Amino acid sequence: MVMAGESQFHVLAVDDSIIDRKIIQTLLKTLSYQVTTVDSGAKALEFLGLHQDDTTNPNTPSPPNNHQEVEVNLVITDYCMPGMTGYDLLKKIKESSLRNMPVVIMSSENVPSRITRCLEEGAEEFFLKPVRLSDLSKLRPLMLKTKLKDQNQKQEEKAAFQSPKLQQVEQKQQPSNDDKGKAIDEGLSPEKKN
Amino acid sequence: MEVVQIQRTLMDYTKSLFMEGLLDSQFLQLQQLQDESNPDFVVEVVSLFFDDSEKLLNELTIALDQPSVDFKKVDSYVHQLKGSSSSIGAQRVKNACVAFRNFCQVQNIEGCLTCLQQVKQEYYLVKNKLETLFRLEQQIVTSGGSIPMIEMGF
Repeated sequence: MVMAGESQFHVLAVDDSIIDRKIIQTLLKTLSYQVTTVDSGAKALEFLGLHQDDTTNPNTPSPPNNHQEVEVNLVITDYCMPGMTGYDLLKKIKESSLRNMPVVIMSSENVPSRITRCLEEGAEEFFLKPVRLSDLSKLRPLMLKTKLKDQNQKQEEKAAFQSPKLQQVEQKQQPSNDDKGKAIDEGLSPEKKN
Repeated sequence: MEVVQIQRTLMDYTKSLFMEGLLDSQFLQLQQLQDESNPDFVVEVVSLFFDDSEKLLNELTIALDQPSVDFKKVDSYVHQLKGSSSSIGAQRVKNACVAFRNFCQVQNIEGCLTCLQQVKQEYYLVKNKLETLFRLEQQIVTSGGSIPMIEMGF
């Protein structure tokens, strides 16, 4: 089993209902996650270190959790909230430097088009309320996957710096390429004359 | 009264609430989340539900009393009440809210007023029952006993 870090996973739960916040907090704590609850999308963005209009940065490199003081591994949000809906929040996260953050949507209403829309926008899961422990047990693999992806990304970035050296090694090890090289030259020369 | 007797009373009382449809399995889910590290969880959540519901019922009464009713607003309050009642397992309150929303959607004021009465009735009924349930639990605890876990075997 891969150990994806010594620290606990930290989930940010967003719901305008105080009752649902209390329940989701207890459910997540039962699963040994660190939990922060907020009552709006705006507060969620603030907690994540994103500004409300900070969504059009597709080219910013995404070292994980760039802006945050506290690392969040997953956002779980209610769909129906006044002001910013869960869908709006999802969209803003996916358009930000935190686009790799797993986002899960909860809703009390079973509306197929709503579910599709959220999944298409990048939500990992859609849970119908009331949410059960069995639903939340699906969160761990999502958070693990992202942590592993981030680790691999870091390794790739490291490897990129080493590529000039690798190229030198390749040239020394491929004498058979000379034949290919000749063939190419012969192929090219008639064209050059033209 | 002996602890065992109160425990039995509590078990029978709780079962009857399920049989009558006042509570559903979501309430059981909440009870299962309660433990030594979180001993008052159910009472706390249900208390939040009581406060929230009373505010909403108040708002609904006011909103439906307006010369020109804002059905969107009314629907939004009912939606909230439906959500919270569903979250604690107050099944009949939730069902009454579903009916209520249908009348909101067709903007039927009479239907809405009737539904509001219905929701209030169901709410006060389940409130009364839950308060009784909590009192029984309290009696057990103060007598040194533990609250029995209900099995949904019926």
